[in-house]
Amino acid sequence: MNIRVPVAAARSGSSITTRRLSKTFNGTTVLQLTDLEISPGQILVLLGPSGCGKTTLLRLIAGLEQPDGPDMIRFDGEDVSGVPIEKRNVGMVFQSYALFPNMTVAENVAYGLKIRKIDRAQREAETCRLLALVGLEEYADRRISAISGGQRQRTALARALAIKPRVLLLDEPLAALDAVLRERLRVEISLLLREFGITAVYVTHDQAEAMAIGDRIAVMQKGRITQIDVPREIYHRPANDFVADFVGTMNRIAGRVENGVLNIQGEETMARLNVGGPDRATTLCFRPEAARLASGGGAISARVAAATFFGATQRLVADVSPECRLQLDLPSNLSFTPGQILAFDVDPDAILEFRAEA
Amino acid sequence: MRRQWTSVAGIVITALLTLFLVVPVLLSVYAGLTVNYARGMSAGFTFDWVRQVWGLYSDTVWRSLAVALLTLALTLLIGVPGAYALVRRGGRFARAVEEIVTLPVAVPGLALALALILSYGGAGAFRQSTLFVVVGHLLFTLPFMMRSVIAVLETIDWHTLDEGAASLGSPAWRRFVDVILPNVRPGIVAGALTVVTLSIGEFNLTWMMHTPMTKTLPVGLADAYASMRLEIASAYTLIFLIMVIPLLIGVQLVANLTEKRTQS
Repeated sequence: MNIRVPVAAARSGSSITTRRLSKTFNGTTVLQLTDLEISPGQILVLLGPSGCGKTTLLRLIAGLEQPDGPDMIRFDGEDVSGVPIEKRNVGMVFQSYALFPNMTVAENVAYGLKIRKIDRAQREAETCRLLALVGLEEYADRRISAISGGQRQRTALARALAIKPRVLLLDEPLAALDAVLRERLRVEISLLLREFGITAVYVTHDQAEAMAIGDRIAVMQKGRITQIDVPREIYHRPANDFVADFVGTMNRIAGRVENGVLNIQGEETMARLNVGGPDRATTLCFRPEAARLASGGGAISARVAAATFFGATQRLVADVSPECRLQLDLPSNLSFTPGQILAFDVDPDAILEFRAEA
Repeated sequence: MRRQWTSVAGIVITALLTLFLVVPVLLSVYAGLTVNYARGMSAGFTFDWVRQVWGLYSDTVWRSLAVALLTLALTLLIGVPGAYALVRRGGRFARAVEEIVTLPVAVPGLALALALILSYGGAGAFRQSTLFVVVGHLLFTLPFMMRSVIAVLETIDWHTLDEGAASLGSPAWRRFVDVILPNVRPGIVAGALTVVTLSIGEFNLTWMMHTPMTKTLPVGLADAYASMRLEIASAYTLIFLIMVIPLLIGVQLVANLTEKRTQS
């Protein structure tokens, strides 16, 4: 059931700007002063652990929460801070679908058009078009209780798009689905949003989902945006420890750099990383896939603790010292046994060093 | 087909319990149709008693119906939006209001009636109208409607439904009518059945509040038991049953009809 995309969909998004946007609940600040620019048609993913303020930011943009002050949110330059959600013309997709159980699939999709007093013929045509777009024509007359979770979320998406919203807001839309369905719908949503050319804000705590869907990703932590950038930069150039850990796995080697080299000596293992710069205590980081097997003596040698086979690759857990355990992704055609000493190099471009944060 | 002994026992116990409850009612109906209850069937059957009761008390029947329907209308009008408002508001205040609304159920009907008479006894026209009885019934039945609706509201995700409708541009009152009401319908139906049956059978409060001109059926029944022969009182019971059973079936039918309409 693939989503059929219209050949030349009209670009229909507004830009979203927030200026010093903040939200305080009963004296607790859940969103710190946030400046955000989302250009028309762009998909921004808000990524972060629960309680980081990503849902609050989304609900503020939606108009489901009131910001702390006036003129903090603008659509196409127009201040919408005081406009309630029902007048803001935003499409909203909820984690729990929020479909109306007393209506059929088609009635759900048509509801927003009915509110807008679109005449019946046009309403039905538009509903049909959207249901076809999400592959649910045959289910038009089904009740919500008679369709699956994936079909429900497709209905919710069609319903939100039917009103031609200025921006589309999605609050963890796939979190309630199982893994296989989640992956498939992720691709479909990504295609659909791009074809509609709609400005979208997408909240998730799943980094794979964020990478797949976002034009840009804003990683949030404790009520503020820590880093906002394209997925590639977020992954390869994380701004700090938190982002590095939240987006994928990161290896850490802590030690002293002397004469430009960080040196760790284990019993039969060791690490020698040549990073240059002044003498300092530091932590060097690299992703598991930055490891390359060395033919001779590599920069790092570590004792294999375990290997997990993934098909295309395998993930090795290996120890340089009791305090320094590394995870390495290596080709899956090689066989390793626990206890064996493994020598490898690390792509020098992939080594990151974070300054200790205040 | 072999039946389990447990299911046989179940049927037997259910049948016995049903008999235990139904026999007195049937006996009463029987008494209302006999010429002379003391002499039993040999004296023959008659509709005279029923006719006499109708002549004496038909106004109480109509009044009871009117009071019940008016009470129902008011509990729907006040109770359903009220229940939604309370659940929406939440917190300690809402719980306090719910407790206060429920209070008239716990307070003896006589005390409640006395309180109403003390408060509004001076308002002559109101005191003497059937409306006064309706107000008493409203106080007594409102918590049943509200509790029933609140119970259903607590099982549905009304908050997200409301937000979903709002995001589609629906103003507050339409969200209530289009989305909240249809989804709490089972609670409204259950509440309506309770309100109607409670109102029609209510005696305590009504007995205290009624005037000779505003007698309801149960008050008339008490009258008949106290001052007429057994056969008349029993015939009265028969009329009560004839009235209340179709009424309950009717409410259920209306409920089913609206369900079909919202589902089609």
